[in-house]
Amino acid sequence: MTRKQWLLSGFVAFTCLVSTAAVSGPIENYTPVTAQRLENPEPGNWMLYRRTYDGQGYSPLDQINASNVKNLTPVWTFATGVVEGHEAPPIVNNGVMFVATPMGQVIALNAKTGDEYWRYKRQLPDDLFQLHPTSRGVGLWEDKLYLATTDDHVVALDAKTGKVVWDTKVQDYRKGQYMTLMPLIVDGKVIVGGSGGEFGVRGYVAAYDAKDGKELWRTFTIPGEGEPGHDTWHGDDWKNGGGSAWMTGNYDKETKTIYWGVGNAAPWPGETHPGDNLYTSSVLALDPNTGKIKTYHQYHQNDSWDWDEVDAPMLIDLQRDGRNIKSLIHPGRDAIFWVLERTPTKINYVAGWPFVSTDVWKGIEPESGRPIVDPAHKPVIGKRVEFCPSLWGGKDWPSAAYSQKTGLVYVPANENFCGGFTGEKVALKPGELWLGTKPEDIGLKAKSGADHFGELQAWDPATGKKVWQHNFPKSQLFGSVTATAGDLVFVGGTNDRNFRAFNAKTGELLWEQKTNSGIMGMPVSYEIDGTQYIAIQSGWGVDAQRIQDALATNNIGIEANVPQGGVVWVFALKK
Amino acid sequence: MSRASLTINSSSPERSGEPEDDACAEQTRRTVLLGALVTSACLGCSAYARADEDPPGSDERPQKGDVLVFSEGDQEGKLITAADLPAGGPPVHAWPKDPKTSVVRSGSRLNEILIIRLDPAELDEKTRARAVDGIIAYSAICAHAGCPVTAWVKSDVGDKKVFKCMCHNSEYDPRAGAQVVFGPAPRRLAALPLALADGSLSVAGNFIGKVGAAQPG
Repeated sequence: MTRKQWLLSGFVAFTCLVSTAAVSGPIENYTPVTAQRLENPEPGNWMLYRRTYDGQGYSPLDQINASNVKNLTPVWTFATGVVEGHEAPPIVNNGVMFVATPMGQVIALNAKTGDEYWRYKRQLPDDLFQLHPTSRGVGLWEDKLYLATTDDHVVALDAKTGKVVWDTKVQDYRKGQYMTLMPLIVDGKVIVGGSGGEFGVRGYVAAYDAKDGKELWRTFTIPGEGEPGHDTWHGDDWKNGGGSAWMTGNYDKETKTIYWGVGNAAPWPGETHPGDNLYTSSVLALDPNTGKIKTYHQYHQNDSWDWDEVDAPMLIDLQRDGRNIKSLIHPGRDAIFWVLERTPTKINYVAGWPFVSTDVWKGIEPESGRPIVDPAHKPVIGKRVEFCPSLWGGKDWPSAAYSQKTGLVYVPANENFCGGFTGEKVALKPGELWLGTKPEDIGLKAKSGADHFGELQAWDPATGKKVWQHNFPKSQLFGSVTATAGDLVFVGGTNDRNFRAFNAKTGELLWEQKTNSGIMGMPVSYEIDGTQYIAIQSGWGVDAQRIQDALATNNIGIEANVPQGGVVWVFALKK
Repeated sequence: MSRASLTINSSSPERSGEPEDDACAEQTRRTVLLGALVTSACLGCSAYARADEDPPGSDERPQKGDVLVFSEGDQEGKLITAADLPAGGPPVHAWPKDPKTSVVRSGSRLNEILIIRLDPAELDEKTRARAVDGIIAYSAICAHAGCPVTAWVKSDVGDKKVFKCMCHNSEYDPRAGAQVVFGPAPRRLAALPLALADGSLSVAGNFIGKVGAAQPG
């Protein structure tokens, strides 16, 4: 289908009127979100996925610090009413919090009291195949907010009332297209990317007009005939080549460039799609106005391990090897900590090293940054192949963070897991899983004698040195990290339901709080009336649960049961 | 979750989802959760007509008298007989088919069925009462998140083979009414009564239980 056809057939504008006897809400005073506010957000707000366009996941607030964090205590909680993985950061704009949950729900709350203003609940189709039932948040622009849904629509809501302003169908969920990401908002454009690599889709990034939901551009991550990079595909493999782009991109406001992570090739065994397979397992540099690909870097070629590299690289100014580098930092699912240099026209490889043990790579070509594959650990058709790390990689989608105070990058990593599967040729059926292996044949094994699994790592990207590491003996680490100017690093992600704060300089565990469920969500920090708050959604599910199930069947004394159910937790210092 | 929440332009739970209907999403306020009187109207939500029209009846749930055909594999589309079902599994994946119109009800994935033949002695009383020659049928759609139940594997929590949804590891025991034995699924798979005459299988009644996943609200 052409882009024009999509514009004609995919756009649905409508109005839903709801009359209610309001007790709380609508929101009386809402601060419109502007380009200037998103580019230079007030320290007390968290309006983007990682708070700032550079994706650093860093709050400049320091009222809560390494000295007093032991006094952190819950000030309010709010049950979302749904189970499954609650992965979204609570988004905060001048006292109003927006929480996205699985099953297409958005809740507007008073960020100081936890009182509900309004709730939006999408009616998802009964026949929806929800491989990843989650949402990673809502984007803000002017007086609206934007939700990407698992049935593949983008929805605009009135921020004050929760009423639907527009609703645009992006693609057909029946064909395995879906979205779970938080839209990136740049200058009135709502930019999203599609999920569905497991269904043999052709990935894309697309932009919609924030005012009316009209599609402005769509850029496929798999180049079609006549497009640069198409020759890295064989035959018609590109048509269902994967390359989904299911995480929010970051944005360089100086050069007006979006950096968007792209997923792996489909189906999994590289033998079924020979070639480098651009732009899978890559980062794309896109023009937000046109969607034009300015340049790219492929982290690894011909992916065969399900290692999609969708977590967008952080934009960090580094001094390295005696020069200033405008870097892109990406601890990859492929186990390599990537340091790249972004220029207006090119992305240069600077350095890369394994941050967890891997047997897949023999090294990295020094000029190109192209990793060298050990064929003994690359899955093939008709034979079981084992590889390390597991198919969840060294670090999956949960985001790392960067502290502007310590200069360190904090990585939620997993060590001592390996995986494997037997590749097979399978005919594609639209809307059905297309992995290139039997799902029941996928294995995750704990290394014999492993004394821990999750690792919170602190790396100096300027030197390539690991500064500290905290090990989790009986759990994976599957949650995003947030750093603050209070020299703190916050993370959940473990199967014991704890939310933790570490000393950003030393790695010392300073505080922990047991929550209702396991935490996959992203910690945020905000300020109201002079009080700093830390907020997180607790709610276990999706891939954290899958790893948990695998741990439980490895006979290493770890139970499968982690309770589910979403709750927003908000903390402040005891007064 | 409140049962008083408001549904705009709701569709029958026995129909497949319709994208443009879905566009009219449910919207509630705290007042709704509290049970306050709510009125609503949804403008511009028209019935969705599928672009790739399936034949009439193809998305209707299995009807009494429907025959069953293979939904996958070399025999896709062919009638399933008792002789096609190996004792002890694995299950056969099937679609219902209207014998009068020859329409295969594959227009909704919620119609896919798992048919398995087990030793009647292994079945619990209720399941045995519904089985014919040890043959029983269930919805192939997981009650957790709507993924397909595709695997017939040894359970993570026992020695028996079970139905498994590989998306999120929910396991169901077909010997006990497809009750959940592992994983996040909140309830059993819907069962489909079968009839057997002259070696041919047919549908004997509606699904027992809800097909597919629960939605919030």
